[in-house]
Amino acid sequence: MEIIGFIANNWPVILRLAGEHISIVAVAVGLAILTGVPIGIAITQNRRVADGVLYVASIIVTIPSIALFGLMIPILSKIGQGIGWLPAVIAILLYSQLPIVRNTYTAITNVDPALREAATGMGMTPFQRLTRLEIPIAIPVIMAGVRTAVVMNIGVAAIAAYIGAGGLGVLIARGISQTDPRQLVTGALAVSLLAIVADWALLQLQKRLTPAGLKR
Amino acid sequence: MIRLEDLTKRFKTPGADIVAADRVNMEVPTGEICILLGPSGCGKTTALKMINRLIPPTSGKIYIDGQDTSQLDDIQLRRNIGYVIQQIGLFPNMTVEENICVVPRLLNWDIRKARQRAADLLDLVGLDPRQFLRRYPKELSGGQQQRVGVIRALAADPPVMLMDEPFGAIDPINREIIQDEFLKMQAELKKTIMFVSHDIDEAVKMGDKIAIFRAGRIEQYDTPDMILAHPANAFVADFVGADRTLKRLRLVTAEEVASTEVPVTARSTKVSDALHQLTVAKARRAVVIDSDRRPVGFVTAEEMAGASGAVRDFAHPLPATVPVRADLRAVVSEMFAHDTMWLACTDDHGRFAGVITQPDVTAALRATYGPDKGAGQEQGAS
Ligand SMILES: Nc1ncnc2c1ncn2[C@@H]1O[C@H](COP(=O)(O)OP(=O)(O)OP(=O)(O)O)[C@@H](O)[C@H]1O
Ligand SMILES: [Mg+2]
Repeated sequence: MEIIGFIANNWPVILRLAGEHISIVAVAVGLAILTGVPIGIAITQNRRVADGVLYVASIIVTIPSIALFGLMIPILSKIGQGIGWLPAVIAILLYSQLPIVRNTYTAITNVDPALREAATGMGMTPFQRLTRLEIPIAIPVIMAGVRTAVVMNIGVAAIAAYIGAGGLGVLIARGISQTDPRQLVTGALAVSLLAIVADWALLQLQKRLTPAGLKR
Repeated sequence: MIRLEDLTKRFKTPGADIVAADRVNMEVPTGEICILLGPSGCGKTTALKMINRLIPPTSGKIYIDGQDTSQLDDIQLRRNIGYVIQQIGLFPNMTVEENICVVPRLLNWDIRKARQRAADLLDLVGLDPRQFLRRYPKELSGGQQQRVGVIRALAADPPVMLMDEPFGAIDPINREIIQDEFLKMQAELKKTIMFVSHDIDEAVKMGDKIAIFRAGRIEQYDTPDMILAHPANAFVADFVGADRTLKRLRLVTAEEVASTEVPVTARSTKVSDALHQLTVAKARRAVVIDSDRRPVGFVTAEEMAGASGAVRDFAHPLPATVPVRADLRAVVSEMFAHDTMWLACTDDHGRFAGVITQPDVTAALRATYGPDKGAGQEQGAS
């Protein structure tokens, strides 16, 4: 009951924090798509490079987010951005590489070799083959990677409140430091809800982007 | 025309090199279908893919219409060669129309012209464009997919087609139907076609020439009839099968061996007139036809001898008739089924078109074995 009252009274603040939260994740994952998809496609050319890149991406994900923020403070302090929005975005950008690069790589390499051969045999250039065949076929799997990245990093972004990045994590951090369960629970609920809604919205987007011929 | 000159492919593998094509020499004349036939792993696909340079040859030359293809840009070369892969390979993200339009679009055709072409080609293989243009490959049956795969390769009207077991992934009944359709199309389009198969029956049916491969080498390159009648060696004989003489039955149609100089008579004809007719023709039986010239029965001289009355009193029903267009295999099958030495043939309108006897069939088969090959066919054409 208390919690509902709290939410009702702090509506504008919660919304502002949610907006911050979304902006961190959206910008970071957006950049991660712009980098991860080309990387995932590029590494299909060489198995050894692919293994190396995917290994590094997996290692990054194993670094606890708090440790990653800590590592970035001395580096980014040099440009006066040791804490705040920028390190949060960079961390999420790095964490997102694994699902996005790996899914892109897997999806492209899993395109039926017969289709690839047909495309080449009919006279498509490698670039035409990529844009007309391989990427459209890979879209659903790439989008699944993006969804994983978003859901995973909505949680990471909550922790970024500790380095002053804002977002819904602020409620959780305050709830802990002030032993105020209302804020803590509200923050946690909001983060979960955000993750569920984002996943659902991206699933709808994935369905729209999937070529009709590939839908079940 | 496609000409292969000393075409060789050596795959480097850990251990021994694999020679998938060993100094292959052959020539496919313009407008003909050449079948590459042989057991699995003998190098048929490799030979085919060297022509559109999906596999670079180790040595040797390929000429298309006199042009050395190694001088051409790979991409341009491929856009001018129709290519059908064994697995069909329709692009699942594209509609049937988009699939067919791939090469025309690569060649920068006007989009309307390309679409029109797609619709025309669907029509040609009996698929209603209104129904199929917007469908996706997964919404087609196997046979429909195979047809679309073939017309996709035909879309930009390339003079040369490469087909790697194009009708492989389909049940035998539908395969026959698609083969017939394709032959009908080819009769009009006159493409120069290299066609991989491992099925001797398909090769005999589809090929103007057959190249039999073993371990990267051509063992024999000849017409289907010559390969069946005169296999060059034990390998070829073994590959085409012990029943190769029976397979040759499919190469000849009833029309080519049927005799048209058979007395015919009507039901109402007087026996004495019919007997006179038989004596003049030195024949023992006459075929009874109705007013539309359809064969309805037969009469024999012995049974009518000395009798009076009309032909209808002595007519026996025909056990069966065969279309003159049928091949001899179908004819023989009917003969055996009805335990008869001869059958009446009918044309497309069901009219009497001659009589075919078991001795006619054996004579036709014997003809190519004799020194004067082809005599049987000339006789049939007269
Ligand atoms: N990329 C490759 N590397 C090494 N060896 C290869 C390669 N491609 C084919 N070969 C070998 O070359 C030989 C001929 O292969 P090819 O695919 O041309 O056979 P095929 O006659 O088409 O057989 P099938 O009827 O089974 O399709 C085989 O022994 C095969 O193992
Ligand atoms: Mg093959």
